[in-house]
Amino acid sequence: MSNVKTILKNIGAARLIIILFLFSLIIAAAGVGQSMSVLASDSLVRFGMNLVLTLAMVPAVMSGTGMNFGLPVGILCGILGGLTSIELGGTGMGGLVLAIAVALPISAVAGYLYGRLLNMVKGSEMMIGTYVGYSMVSIMCIGWLLMPFKNPSMVWPIAGRGLRTTISMDSSFGSVLDKLWAFQIGGLTVPTGLILFSLFMCLLVYLFTKSKTGIAMAASGDNPRFAEASGISVNRSRIIGTMLSTMLAAVGIVVYAQSFGFMQLYQAPLNMAFAPVAAALLGGASTSKIKISHVIIGTILFQSLLTIALPVANVLMPEGNLSEVIRLIVSNGIILFALTQAGGGRE
Amino acid sequence: MPDIKPVISIKNVEKSYYGNKVLKGVSLDVMPGEIHALCGENGAGKSTLMNILFGMPVIHMTGGFEGIIEMDGQEVHILNPRQAMEHGIGMVHQEFMLIPGFTIAENIKLNREPLRPNLLGRLFGEKLMSLDTLTMKSDARTALNRLGLDVDENLPVDGLPVGYMQFVEIAREIDKKNIRLLVFDEPTAVLTESEAEKLLDAMKRLAAGGVGILFITHRLDEVMQAADKITILRDGTQIKTLNKADTTAKEIATLMVGREVEMRQKERAEQEEAPEGGREIAMSIRNLRVDMPGERVLGIDLDLYKGEILGLGGLAGQGKIGVANGIMGTYPTSGEIIVGGQELKLNSPKSSIAAGIAFVSEDRRGVGLVPDTSIELNMTIPAMVNQGRFLRHIGPLSQIARQEIRENAEKYIQELDIRCTGPRQAVRRLSGGNQQKVCIARALVLAPDILLISEPTRGIDIGAKSLVLDTVDRLNREQGLTVLMTSSELAELRLICDRIAIVTDGKVIDILPPDAPDADFGLAMSGVPVGTQSGGAAD
Ligand SMILES: Nc1ncnc2c1ncn2[C@@H]1O[C@H](COP(=O)(O)OP(=O)(O)OP(=O)(O)O)[C@@H](O)[C@H]1O
Ligand SMILES: [Mg+2]
Repeated sequence: MSNVKTILKNIGAARLIIILFLFSLIIAAAGVGQSMSVLASDSLVRFGMNLVLTLAMVPAVMSGTGMNFGLPVGILCGILGGLTSIELGGTGMGGLVLAIAVALPISAVAGYLYGRLLNMVKGSEMMIGTYVGYSMVSIMCIGWLLMPFKNPSMVWPIAGRGLRTTISMDSSFGSVLDKLWAFQIGGLTVPTGLILFSLFMCLLVYLFTKSKTGIAMAASGDNPRFAEASGISVNRSRIIGTMLSTMLAAVGIVVYAQSFGFMQLYQAPLNMAFAPVAAALLGGASTSKIKISHVIIGTILFQSLLTIALPVANVLMPEGNLSEVIRLIVSNGIILFALTQAGGGRE
Repeated sequence: MPDIKPVISIKNVEKSYYGNKVLKGVSLDVMPGEIHALCGENGAGKSTLMNILFGMPVIHMTGGFEGIIEMDGQEVHILNPRQAMEHGIGMVHQEFMLIPGFTIAENIKLNREPLRPNLLGRLFGEKLMSLDTLTMKSDARTALNRLGLDVDENLPVDGLPVGYMQFVEIAREIDKKNIRLLVFDEPTAVLTESEAEKLLDAMKRLAAGGVGILFITHRLDEVMQAADKITILRDGTQIKTLNKADTTAKEIATLMVGREVEMRQKERAEQEEAPEGGREIAMSIRNLRVDMPGERVLGIDLDLYKGEILGLGGLAGQGKIGVANGIMGTYPTSGEIIVGGQELKLNSPKSSIAAGIAFVSEDRRGVGLVPDTSIELNMTIPAMVNQGRFLRHIGPLSQIARQEIRENAEKYIQELDIRCTGPRQAVRRLSGGNQQKVCIARALVLAPDILLISEPTRGIDIGAKSLVLDTVDRLNREQGLTVLMTSSELAELRLICDRIAIVTDGKVIDILPPDAPDADFGLAMSGVPVGTQSGGAAD
């Protein structure tokens, strides 16, 4: 009995609620005749394509800057990398590697500058981060129009310049990771390459947290005064954390886009920080403490919920726009719920 | 006989943290006007019991407790500190709970501010009434006067010396009108003897007014001086409740640890006095100024000889604490420090560590620990970052060397007798005294040439205290470790130091031998140097 109690306590009330909600959705989905294997396949894909974006929260939280609400900064760098790769005619695995290779240095520089900025506003990083994200997205709305990309698959066909709002990746490196070593059992498709790649990124971040720099960074986040007295530069640690978070966001969006099949520009990156933040919080992280396991569990829960809620809503509310409204309510509802759990509820 | 009921009666209280039983059936009564001392080693469960009485959230977040608490014969259920206050319980915590930006008066009256009706208040009720600042200040003044503390109540708490903060905490509690029971968790740990004296007097006066007092301390002389009854805990078990009249400090000590303890005065090997100029200087400090709020250092010259233990004593707020912080660079510092012939870069903890200096801070919560991290990492982080130890290198990359870290932690856990569930336990979950030992271990892991150790025995029990002092002394004798030890407790400085510098008004007033008469120390602390100086660079 007390065993059950401790297990329940370890799971935490918030996650318990989400798990129960997920189960009831699964039952509802089965009830309205949805194919379980399709839903499971979709959940797997969404897990893989979002994992790296959620992972970007780890260095930010660990270095003490809280959840990275400025994630769009990194996302924009990733998009830039992806576009460059397409422009240069990159396809398949080579295209993906090229996209990441271009995105990393750009995001490193952007992350460094963003980190410098966060060091000036200690204590309100999350709010400032949100604003920085919004501003960068707005600035890039102009940027996308002016950048000298020429590839006809990307620019507006009539004007011949200015990037389109969505850019199909069918002819470049769409789905390369999803299809890599993919296999089927029953009706279930397993996107092996995608999942392996995302988990491999988790492993890299885990190894980083156990390195000298990683340990120093975690100490700065946990107790800055201790860190300073121990000869660790807190500001430097925070910049490293922000840089890594931004670089992970850049890689994350490339992975996301190849799975999704499209690059989304202009307003699309605006609210992209919220889902990863919510996933991390649902997984058990707080704004001051996070583990890789939180990221993995949270992404599974959050993405499965969204995947399964959508078809259920569709069946319950067949009129086109109502189901869209329901989907928005559900996803934003979960995000809101997750945000209320930040820091509270657990230890 | 009139039937006087106990203010509080604790019956068979049990408490577990994460399956680990830390209180195993404790019962005690406190009568009105009684001072009841609670004694026990570090981790015996004293703070836990007090936290239960005060309804602290840690208790309820970890599954509550078992047993009954009665006040005036009625069972009470105290679920949060607010209810505890409503029942007339006040608590002075082991770690301070003051709001730094507020003034002394505001901290004392926090949440109980006297109100003055205004228009909005009349319309919308209490929440919108104005604060009656004048009453606030005079109430605060009265409470401070009762404690005999002469400090301006308009000062912010921020810069106050720790000793004063302690008094402010106490003033806050005694200001409560309905107060029936006061709980003091190691209130004297940060105080010098004379300040502690003052506090004990205040406690006796409160008790005489009919308040029941529960009092935790590791200083047995205080127990003998102030307590009426004594309850002894060991590993969560109640060993005995005694009347002060029927016992001795030695018996209490023995009951606490479960074995005979020698309360011996350690004899020092007779130092063959090297001629003054002939001793090698490990660190030479010139015109040191440290801008540490509440403990300002205003120009100190001091030479630390190689292989000696130099004590720094003095009253709270006079600057003794600032010296080590200045050397370490944790507060803005100016002046000149020469270590091993090289000028030390000031305001840079990294350079200080590189110069072979390690620091045990007096502020273990703020500076000493990474609370959510394991014991083993707490001990090794500075060594990893500054000395590249406890790491395995793979090309330019590094990984922590788990095995080595584990072995190191196990060694110190054993050597310093740290009571924990294992090297991976988060230090937040350790009792106060055991956290202190982790801080000491961390400094020793750096294998320093010079150890700066401030308030090393703050909050640790008598057994652990001699363990820590012995460890410092042993490293000093066996490995020639040079030590600068800062302490509020003169007695402990006299126990192991070769020389004791007394800091008053931010300056070294005098340097005395440990066997100098009490009167000389007293004079030095009040700012009067004794004519016969025993050497050193004080001027
Ligand atoms: N928040 C917590 N979580 C888990 N265990 C805890 C927690 N707080 C205390 N403990 C454990 O409970 C036991 C009793 O701790 P407590 O703080 O009551 O000791 P104490 O008698 O006050 O010691 P000290 O003299 O060192 O202050 C210790 O073994 C400690 O490790
Ligand atoms: Mg305690």
